[in-house]
Amino acid sequence: MFDAFAAVFLRDVLQAWRRRADWFTTMFFFVVVVTLFPLGVGPESGILEAIAPGVLWVAALLAAMLSLPRVFAADYADGTLEQLLLVPQPLTVLVLAKVAAHWLLSGLPLALMAPVLGLQFGLGGEALGVLFLAILIGTPCLSLIGAIGAALTLGLRGGGVLIALLVLPLYIPVLIFGAGAVDAVAAGTGGSAHLSLLAACCLVSLAVSPWATAAALRIALE
Amino acid sequence: MFSNLSFDLDGGELLWVEGENGSGKTSLLRILAGLAAAESGAVAWRGQPARGLGEDFTRELLFLGHANGLKDDLTVTENLRFAARLGGFPADPAAVAAAIASVGLSHRAHLAVRLLSQGQRRRAALARLWLDRSRALWILDEPFAALDVDSIDRLAARIATHLDAGGAAVLTSHQDVAVAARRTQRLRLAG
Repeated sequence: MFDAFAAVFLRDVLQAWRRRADWFTTMFFFVVVVTLFPLGVGPESGILEAIAPGVLWVAALLAAMLSLPRVFAADYADGTLEQLLLVPQPLTVLVLAKVAAHWLLSGLPLALMAPVLGLQFGLGGEALGVLFLAILIGTPCLSLIGAIGAALTLGLRGGGVLIALLVLPLYIPVLIFGAGAVDAVAAGTGGSAHLSLLAACCLVSLAVSPWATAAALRIALE
Repeated sequence: MFSNLSFDLDGGELLWVEGENGSGKTSLLRILAGLAAAESGAVAWRGQPARGLGEDFTRELLFLGHANGLKDDLTVTENLRFAARLGGFPADPAAVAAAIASVGLSHRAHLAVRLLSQGQRRRAALARLWLDRSRALWILDEPFAALDVDSIDRLAARIATHLDAGGAAVLTSHQDVAVAARRTQRLRLAG
């Protein structure tokens, strides 16, 4: 079972490496969107600091969502998804491997870039640390929930827009707790309560998403 | 699409599904493989409903559909190694190389699949038949399509060996290819 997990995970990472331009566009999107705000809002540090958590999180949500259609669409088109369904291993494990690969390629880079981009908003050291942690903990949740949306919209025309409509409302708790963690630092209460709630969101989606995604994939391929 | 369909397939037997385009050959194969559900009726494997068997059925099944199931950006070798690992047996490099040689792609093994011609891609996908020897039931959708004469002969011989070893095979094809089998059933779907 672990071998199958590793095989799918490594294949997806290798595949993404061969097509790295696709992944760089997502990261570039995140950088550009976040950078537009200080330029548009102006340099008043009070305002920028106040909007920073929200802006960074919304940009991270959109960037994570932008890469979602790729999770299953290519596999669906070239028949490898069909083969995955026929692998003598639980489909949930294979789905989890694909989600893990998606997180490594989209969530982790977002978390690493966020503190650097946060500097543009004049966030303090502690706030930047919490921002990094919040995005690091929150992005697995984005990948997990997003996988359900990607599987449900498989093979549909206009799937990309549909994913947004399906998935963005489900991202709201992550957005609230994620941005709240950074806000809490500014308010002087510390971000640990929000981070715990964010981790709880992740665990709930970890418990639900692989099964829901596997079921959606089976339906999509019928 | 089709109704009143019933057949048994024993070890060593070949089922040849024929019919015009759109007569439901692919649908039948997908139902047999468990990828789609029949509107009514059931598929049994070794006397038990196949849909309930799950991994006990898929472990013995090798399905090759219309799509080749290969990743365009990975090389032929990488694709096969991946298929082997997912199939649950170690991807011995020598075995992978031998399977690729069996379909005559040795000189293309290191190339990304997207650089191959249509027929070569099909051969790369078919190399799984040489690699994975543990599957009892082969379900092949148009395996001879896009292949050259030599490759067709090699594939027919491989299927015959599989049947001779007690395996069973279901395939669709427009071409009439002679495959030696203990018993060949022909199923003609009327559109």
